[in-house]
Amino acid sequence: MKLITAIIKPFKLDEVREALSEVGISGITVTEVKGFGRQKGHTELYRGAEYVVDFLPKVKIEAAVEDGILERAIEAIEKSARTGKIGDGKIFVSSIEHVIRIRTGETGAAAL
Amino acid sequence: MLTWIKQLMAGSAMAMAIGFTGITVTSVAYADDAKPAVTAPAVATTPAAPAAAAAPAPTPNKGDTAWMMVSTALVLLMTVPGLALFYGGLTRSKNVLSILMQCMVIFSVITVLWAIYGYSIAFTEGGAFFGGMDRLFLGGMTPDSNAATFSKGIVIPEYVFMAFQAVFATITCCLIIGSFAERAKFSAILLFMILWFTFSYLPIAHMVWFWPGPDDIKDAASLDAITAKAGWLWQKGILDFAGGTVVHINAAIAGLVGSFAIGKRLGYGKEAMKPHNLVYVMIGASLLWFGWFGFNAGSALEANGSAALAFVNTYLATAAAVIGWSLAEWISKGKPSMLGAASGCVAGLVAITPAAGFVGPMGALIIGVLAGIICLWGVTGLKKMLGSDDSLDVFGIHGVGGILGALLTGVFAAPSLGGTGIYDYVANAVAPEYSIVSQLWIQSQGVITTLIWSGVVSFIAFKLVDLMIGLRVNEEEEREGLDISSHSEEAYEI
Repeated sequence: MKLITAIIKPFKLDEVREALSEVGISGITVTEVKGFGRQKGHTELYRGAEYVVDFLPKVKIEAAVEDGILERAIEAIEKSARTGKIGDGKIFVSSIEHVIRIRTGETGAAAL
Repeated sequence: MLTWIKQLMAGSAMAMAIGFTGITVTSVAYADDAKPAVTAPAVATTPAAPAAAAAPAPTPNKGDTAWMMVSTALVLLMTVPGLALFYGGLTRSKNVLSILMQCMVIFSVITVLWAIYGYSIAFTEGGAFFGGMDRLFLGGMTPDSNAATFSKGIVIPEYVFMAFQAVFATITCCLIIGSFAERAKFSAILLFMILWFTFSYLPIAHMVWFWPGPDDIKDAASLDAITAKAGWLWQKGILDFAGGTVVHINAAIAGLVGSFAIGKRLGYGKEAMKPHNLVYVMIGASLLWFGWFGFNAGSALEANGSAALAFVNTYLATAAAVIGWSLAEWISKGKPSMLGAASGCVAGLVAITPAAGFVGPMGALIIGVLAGIICLWGVTGLKKMLGSDDSLDVFGIHGVGGILGALLTGVFAAPSLGGTGIYDYVANAVAPEYSIVSQLWIQSQGVITTLIWSGVVSFIAFKLVDLMIGLRVNEEEEREGLDISSHSEEAYEI
């Protein structure tokens, strides 16, 4: 099992969610986050006082998937979140040691 | 806290004793006291106008009275919540409640002081700088007491006049807090306000606005007699319809002195100190615009043509200022901002305040658009030159806008430029001659007097408060935010 963590542009969230549903992912967790990468921030001007805002708003998606659909899930996110412009975000994949469904106590793939 | 108040009262009493020597404590000049039968104001007893005693008692018009009560409530709306939201939105989220709290409490403290001694010192006959003590604790005022207006034979209930003037005093004090927002100690602000209200607001209001009313002006001699009883700047002939000097310049210079006395915020110029909620700022500015109709049009003291002119000017100048600021910002900075439009709105309101009932609508448009452009410079270029952390730009908007408005009143009040000119109460008509140059000089004297008087009083008051209790919170409290450190509460829960 793998954990996919993707940082995407906020307005791409719906498309990504639909694409992930199509490959059979049953649940995701979404968080509003701020951060910086290669995309430059922007400047804000308040009565002449200029502030450089480095941190831009992004959406972080976390999804735990079975190894079998990992590649298709990554491809789905890539395709649906891409605009081709700087700031489209990143996808991180890491291993999951253990999964437990709290209600039933199921573990492993059955808990996903 | 109680000891300070006692010391302060003792101090004020002493100052009054010094300031008011030679004042007769007989009666309020323009109001008949508790006895409706004795209608003619105090002036009636002077030899200059013996016939006045025979005149029938004027009774307040119900329309005037209703309008003035509504105006009073409109001005209240300007402070709570208008100004509080305008200022509150401009601070960081950790300090928004401190601003709302300061506005509401200062408003209340000044209201109480107004009833106890403020009204009497500002608006009863006394010297040229301070009024008298006839109305201490509103003594002698009854539902039958009347106050003069700007028309002969027309009066409004003195209770309404007193309340209308009270809300002016309160908003003026609340304006000041923007200059040292996010770092001043709550108790220090309250103590400063009591001192400043007593020794700057009251005398300036008396100097600019107090006169016994027009009813007893019959000829040149009686005009002189009445004028001699008026405030110092009134005697010079200053035109300040609704408070360019008394309210805006007075408060702005006090704020500026405060921003120097208290010092810059921690991290000023290094950390981002951007407004936390521009929606509040827009709501606040809009409530100010709405309430300002009471402030300016109400200053006519009657529901008449003068009020209508002030109403229209308040409407037009503000719109012109929003456009002026936004366009200037668009051209110079690349984009027009919501904060700019809201700031332009307030700048226009400030600038039209002294002019409201004296200039024509086209004069108002010019004053408005200039206020928008020049106050933008006030919060950028001038602010850099001054080098202080006037957090919410009180001087840049109220000081610059107030000075501009006070001076341009002298220009656009000219009948040749569409203004009303100056009313001659002897001829009972507008005076045919109007000299822009000499009126500008009178207006300048008003501006300079206010800047110096309020500046000096503020400096001394800040130093006194600093010695007694200290002006600012400690570093840790400032970093934590005043909402938690001064008031133990937070505006927003996540």
